[in-house]
Amino acid sequence: MTDFTYAVGADGVAVITWDVPNKSMNVMSLEGFALLDTMIDTALADDAVKGVVITSGKKDFAGGMDLNVIAQMREGGAQAIFDGVMQMHAVLRKIERAGMDPKTLKGGKPIAAALPGTALGIGLELPLSTHRIFAAPNEKAKIGLPEIMVGIFPGAGGTTRLARKMGAMMAAPFLLEGKLSNPKAAKAAGIIDEVADDPVAAAKEWVLNAKDADLVKPWDAKGYKMPGGAPYHPAGFMTFVGASAMVHGKTMGVYPAAKALLSAVYEGALVPFDQALKIEARWFTNVLLNPSSSAMIRSLFINKEALEKGANRPKVGDETVKKVGILGAGMMGAGIAYVSASVGIEVVLIDNSQEAADRGKSYSTAILDKGISRKKMTEEKKAEVLSRITPTTDYAALDGCDLIVEAVFEDPTVKAEVTQRAEAIIPTDAIFATNTSTLPISMLAKASARPDQFIGIHFFSPVDKMLLVEIIKGAQTGDRAVAKALDFVRQIRKTPIVVNDARFFYANRCIIPYINEGIRMLAEGVNPTLIENAAKLVGMPLGPLQLVDETSIDLGVKIAKATKAAMGDAYPDEAVDEVLFWMADQGRMGKKADAGFYTYAGGKRGGLWDGLAAQYPEAETQPDLHEVQHRLLMVQVLEAVRAFEDGVLTDIREGDVGAILGWGFAPWSGGPFSWLDIIGAPRAADICDALTEKHGARFTTPALLRDIAAKGDGFYARFGGGQAAKAA
Amino acid sequence: MTEAYIYDACRTPRGKGRPDGSLHEVTSVALSARLLNAVKARNGLEGHAVEDVIWGNVTQVGEQGGCLARSAVLLSDLDESIPGLAINRFCASGMEAVNIAANQVKGGAGQAYIAGGVEMMGRVAMGSDGAAIAVDPSLAMKTYFVPQGISADIIATEYGFTREMVDALAVESQNRAAAAWAENRFAKSIVPVIDQNGLTILDRDEFMRPGTTVDSLGALKPSFKDMGEVMPGFDKVAMLKYPHLSAINHIHHAGNSSGIVDGAAAVLIGNKEFGIAHGLKPRARIRATAKIGTDPTIMLTGPVPVTEKILRDSGMSISDLDLFEVNEAFAAVVLRFQQAFDVDPSKVNVNGGAIAMGHPLGATGAIIIGTLLDELERRDLSCGLATLCIASGMGAATIIERV
Repeated sequence: MTDFTYAVGADGVAVITWDVPNKSMNVMSLEGFALLDTMIDTALADDAVKGVVITSGKKDFAGGMDLNVIAQMREGGAQAIFDGVMQMHAVLRKIERAGMDPKTLKGGKPIAAALPGTALGIGLELPLSTHRIFAAPNEKAKIGLPEIMVGIFPGAGGTTRLARKMGAMMAAPFLLEGKLSNPKAAKAAGIIDEVADDPVAAAKEWVLNAKDADLVKPWDAKGYKMPGGAPYHPAGFMTFVGASAMVHGKTMGVYPAAKALLSAVYEGALVPFDQALKIEARWFTNVLLNPSSSAMIRSLFINKEALEKGANRPKVGDETVKKVGILGAGMMGAGIAYVSASVGIEVVLIDNSQEAADRGKSYSTAILDKGISRKKMTEEKKAEVLSRITPTTDYAALDGCDLIVEAVFEDPTVKAEVTQRAEAIIPTDAIFATNTSTLPISMLAKASARPDQFIGIHFFSPVDKMLLVEIIKGAQTGDRAVAKALDFVRQIRKTPIVVNDARFFYANRCIIPYINEGIRMLAEGVNPTLIENAAKLVGMPLGPLQLVDETSIDLGVKIAKATKAAMGDAYPDEAVDEVLFWMADQGRMGKKADAGFYTYAGGKRGGLWDGLAAQYPEAETQPDLHEVQHRLLMVQVLEAVRAFEDGVLTDIREGDVGAILGWGFAPWSGGPFSWLDIIGAPRAADICDALTEKHGARFTTPALLRDIAAKGDGFYARFGGGQAAKAA
Repeated sequence: MTEAYIYDACRTPRGKGRPDGSLHEVTSVALSARLLNAVKARNGLEGHAVEDVIWGNVTQVGEQGGCLARSAVLLSDLDESIPGLAINRFCASGMEAVNIAANQVKGGAGQAYIAGGVEMMGRVAMGSDGAAIAVDPSLAMKTYFVPQGISADIIATEYGFTREMVDALAVESQNRAAAAWAENRFAKSIVPVIDQNGLTILDRDEFMRPGTTVDSLGALKPSFKDMGEVMPGFDKVAMLKYPHLSAINHIHHAGNSSGIVDGAAAVLIGNKEFGIAHGLKPRARIRATAKIGTDPTIMLTGPVPVTEKILRDSGMSISDLDLFEVNEAFAAVVLRFQQAFDVDPSKVNVNGGAIAMGHPLGATGAIIIGTLLDELERRDLSCGLATLCIASGMGAATIIERV
């Protein structure tokens, strides 16, 4: 079995069918590309073949390039990458020219693409090189070039072809934001040519009737002008002036792929098509060689997928969840109910009053209605999802649940009570999960009669939007509980990390010091605008002060008090608490109170509150940007390293993926451990030493980091395969 | 008086100025910046070590517009404190950059400059910046404007050069360039063009046509005959200006005219203190510079009067000069120079010229100064002159002397 098969029909149309064995979705490999090349050669050379249709043997066309191949290509260095990419261009360009005379543009064989479903990345770049693209009216199909989302950009001609086809301005959302469309929208945008019930038949018919002129791409025809204007055309000039500013501003200057993409579009627009492809290849090579893009691919694609596929799942049988009981229909419980029901899991949603339980269910109704208004949901589908959620006060309804997710509020007594009530009803082999962000799992497990079946699942809010779920093993949690939690997370299509039980687990353990460092700087007299912007300029989605506004000051106060009570004299954050408590005294509880570190009007954020300046006057000497950035990043990163040293985190891949998906840690870096590898352990240790001297022991270089620095090693070189730092 | 020395001279290889030329994919600003980086790296300079970058460039529109010199500095590894001056004296822009820099140093305005230029003729078409002299009737008629090719043919007619003579010079240019490359005579100056990943884009001049013969050139049709004799009939304009000529002898064509190419060149000029401070050894001093305006119709005879001027100004005679670089804009220009000064052709353009390797307008003046210096060193000679004819009737010259 091979990736592509070739068959010439009685009508003289050669059909090349993409069907990668043993995969549910086609992905392109180098071998696949070579095979496609020989089939195109065969078709072009065979006088009996009138034209070619390229399609898929699966329900979708293709998911893209095998990113593992890209990771391999990188190992060959710049020349190998560039040569490899140019080889791909040669094949796609051969399809595009289809044997026509380059001068008269006559005599080529028509080649069309027929897409049954999703076509992403190279799965669209290949069709873009053909003469006409047909797609089935498959509403679930996603068509687009999402490469930018994993830190690269479309590098097999997609950038050059789409920019020339649509013009720089119109192509921007598809190239720079990776916007995906269904077939109808893709046709409206001009990415594909036709939507047809039977795309293969339609493509064959077109192929048999196509004239020479139908095969000539605009950019190969005489007098081609870029839609919207090339860069030094008066209209194009304004577009390109704007494009650099927009990309720079939106990416905060930290994403090399967006910049390289734009350079490829600009430079490509100034030269003939074949030169433009070469330029695209050079920038693509450049991005692949950039440590940021390799780190992003590693974390956001390869390792994210590995974790989703159960890289750290214990080897026990299938634990797919059929019926979940959710205790507590508040914001978290309601969200968990929605994501569960929408993937086909039966849900029992319990709260103290029927009214509260119903309110929890209506959360799903609201989301589904919004989907309908955006035409992404149908009334039938909505009814189906809602029918799976049973809101009730009756614990007896939990009978038959194979998983319980307890999401009552963060009070050990209440949690213990509902645990026992539920365990009295549910099957003895059911798994009980508690959703908590702060309470130790092992402590909560004491309420359980079956602590080996008791586990922590930390959802992030809002549940339907956040991509990460943190699974926490208590001291006695067994393998089957872990497997159940992982299978559940897979079902609701989120990314799991599995950590051991310790204060704040992993995500909050890292994010709280980030918030605290921001507040600490404010107390020191650092200009709060500088604090916030420094964070954003290093790729954090929110500055620390805005983040604490979002999560609320009172939550911060509550956590601070609880932490202090637990730590006693060792508590290090008095300076932070002074600010937090003062803010609370002022009644500035954050965004929800329409007053926090920022001003708000009806939930809309204004500028930083001017009352801050009076209470914490700006110091005469301000730190430089890098120092602020190092403080904000290092407090998070060092906490991640310590979590790994302590054995809370057992896999740096989870540390990196979790950081980006969980709290938006500078995605360009690939995560905290990747960032340390990018800057290099020796430099990281130097930065820590300097920060320790100036700002205190919280920046103390961890022994593990120092060891890696001393041995000229890297985190991924040592632990990239998922090895733990500390034996369990 | 303060002396101005050449500390370094380098250039990119010249790519064919066509869509399939190797440098066609490189932007003007990127090529410039990479060459500036090469000057910085080759000489171990800090980013602020020079006073300014003076950058010659003729067609200053589109990507070559907006003060390309400043753009190049900002894209390069030089500090933003170096300003950047874009200048245009047509084909002598690169030489004028060097001359201005040298005279600034001599006058005490700064210790050192990077001077040179760039032209990406395949990317920014010659003439696309417009020119009043060609289209404004009050100026075109006042100056008896004819295109340069017609001017070159007027020179041939006026001074008695035949088709065989210009073609023989063209063949000699090809042969000398081929020999120079074969012997690596440009090794000291050539900076290969690399991409953003360190991959080589071009490492040798690609315009050359080795094996060109007088016979093979004989097959080429004269390029300017039709526009001279038929449409629009520039020969009539020439005859209005030069009533003693009965007809223009159209003998120039693509094979004996300078090639359309992409390329850049840079020269590091500084005073003695600059060399001491940076541990650099001066290679030559800029002994004299000159520029002149001449008859705009015949246009390209400037090298003769400007050489007379530079000799007069410097108190030198033609026999004091060991080697000559006379830009091969058209073969007749070089023949006229040799004829006027009766110099031995074996001392002129000894490693070939723009007919063989191409003439990237804004860069050529700096290129030939570097070529001249390399060859003076190779032959262990002392003094050389470089000169160019210039559009609209001008001439420029530089005399360098090894130290």
